[in-house]
Amino acid sequence: MDAQNLDLAYLALAAILFAIGGVGLLIRRNPLVMIMCVELMLNAVNLTFVTFGKMLNDITGQVIVFFVLVVAAAEVVVGLGLVVAMSRRRPGADADDLRLLRG
Amino acid sequence: MSLALLAQVTGATQDPTPITAIQDQVHVPGPDIYWPALIPLLILLVGGLLLLTFSSFLRKKAPRGIFAAATVAIAVASALSVLPLWAQVQGWDKLLWWDIHPNPSGAYTTIGGMVGVDGFTLFVTIVICAAVALAALLTDGYLRREDMEGPEFYVLMLLSAAGGLIMAMGNDLIVVFIGLETLSIAVYVLSGMHLRRIQSQESGIKYFVLGAFSSAFFLYGIALIYGATGSTNLVHIKTFMSQTVPTQNGLLLIGLGLLVVGLAFKVSAVPFHAWSPDVYDGAPTPAVAWMASGVKAAAFAGMIRIFVLTFSNYEATWKPIVYALAIASMVVGAALAVVQSNVKRMLAYSSISHAGFILMAVEAGSAQGNSAVLFYLAAYVFMVAGSFGIATIVGRKGDGAHSLADYKGLARTNPELAVAFTVLLLAQAGVPFTAGFFAKFYAVEAAVDASSWPLAIIAMLSAVVSAFLYLRIIVAMFMSGADDGDDGPVPTRAERIPVPVGAGIALTLCVVITMVVGLFPNLLVDAAEKGQPALVQYDSPSSGSAAAAGTTGTGQ
Repeated sequence: MDAQNLDLAYLALAAILFAIGGVGLLIRRNPLVMIMCVELMLNAVNLTFVTFGKMLNDITGQVIVFFVLVVAAAEVVVGLGLVVAMSRRRPGADADDLRLLRG
Repeated sequence: MSLALLAQVTGATQDPTPITAIQDQVHVPGPDIYWPALIPLLILLVGGLLLLTFSSFLRKKAPRGIFAAATVAIAVASALSVLPLWAQVQGWDKLLWWDIHPNPSGAYTTIGGMVGVDGFTLFVTIVICAAVALAALLTDGYLRREDMEGPEFYVLMLLSAAGGLIMAMGNDLIVVFIGLETLSIAVYVLSGMHLRRIQSQESGIKYFVLGAFSSAFFLYGIALIYGATGSTNLVHIKTFMSQTVPTQNGLLLIGLGLLVVGLAFKVSAVPFHAWSPDVYDGAPTPAVAWMASGVKAAAFAGMIRIFVLTFSNYEATWKPIVYALAIASMVVGAALAVVQSNVKRMLAYSSISHAGFILMAVEAGSAQGNSAVLFYLAAYVFMVAGSFGIATIVGRKGDGAHSLADYKGLARTNPELAVAFTVLLLAQAGVPFTAGFFAKFYAVEAAVDASSWPLAIIAMLSAVVSAFLYLRIIVAMFMSGADDGDDGPVPTRAERIPVPVGAGIALTLCVVITMVVGLFPNLLVDAAEKGQPALVQYDSPSSGSAAAAGTTGTGQ
């Protein structure tokens, strides 16, 4: 596979990973798996950034990944904290049990 | 140490000159930073962190209201520090009695072109600071009532506001993204703060999941735009697009679409609104006051910078999307608000409808539209923060009494609250002589001048529908008696809902400003017209000047 096709393959892989993350977030009910799906989406974007950086011969794409990693870490910390706070009140609750608020 | 080792390995025969050569290469010049431009941001950020640090040294219980007072002071200081910058951007020689002689004057950019300072940024900064101050005043009594005293609530609000500022001044898509996340992550925590109220945690998780989902879309949009244009800097993107005729711009279009989705989530435009009634219902009410005012202001600021300013020659792509979002938000927001029985949910839907009005002004894509957005945001912050302030007080202990029935007879127990709420609701409905009237008026005017007639007509019709909703709440407050005309027993003092001092101050401010702006709109119109966004090309740091010349696009 030549270099350009390889880049396109990486972009396609990233798009597929992003889609898997997005669909997973919508259909999985376990809060922890949902957080993992968010991570998958963000990391798929990281892969896209790195691939574009390589295609454009530009270092920015790789630098951005560090920023995204930090943001993703902060997001997971908060997400896990919220899940812990919820499971203290309602052990074993999943996303379907979150239905007090509706109307 | 390691360099010496390297020299030994590369060979003892060489003299040590290569080492200095390596050291020369390692030196990387940092970008010039014009610190005064960052002062408002630093005040919020450092103020929030200092508040957290000092409060952890307190051995005894903190004096009443000290955290709220500190937060208000920080927000006010940040807003005041904007004034010299505003004078500089507008090219004023004098600020009151203070000769400044700005050099250079006009909009400029700093930190390597990452941050842009223009009238628009500064106006939004003041709006965000006002939202923080109002929300902090509401929080004081709320935290005491709910027995969850501590500085965390305030600190999160300040950090979130700092994120909003970053978003408003970001001149680079990645900076906008970091601002968006700083803003959002703090708000996720805020909405889950009430640990004894299970609805609060539920709303926190819902907001987190949907917010993270939308952030991922926003980021993917940035990645695709980076791939299509080779830069994340707004100025570079704009220059690139004006110079090259793209043969295939699929990447750019998809990226643009994803950015719209991400931002529409944050401003809760229909069809990306599903989270907002649930979250507004469950989250602690002062946090909702901040969410509905400050967070939305920041998201709209990002929207204007990205779409109206940067992608102005892609109008044919984003305008129809924003057009559709605006119509859907106005219609669905007004229609669904009417059928609610919970006042917080009603206000949530009405804020969706307001988002539709602001989107209408964004869609105009003109200088007039931008100032309409600014005027709307400024008026809206006080109306909505005041409305949720009333909801905070009427929510009573446990923050659960939010159904329409809980507002029955409010005029008899707490006449002052009922009157204040009436003024704020009428303002939201757009009744003349209130700030809300002029906000809606300028938004519709901008749409008409941009020849978006259908949008303007739908806006006015939806305003009529939502007026019904506001009247429903007002009727519930004032006409509480039974059908036979019996007013029932006179309420005792014990039935009065106590109004905390902080919330009282905040409500007074909201009502007074709503009325004053409604009577003398010129006070705000001038500032809103001067607050135009601008994209400024960044000169290389070697030129020595932090500010730069050569405006590539000013508020068009």
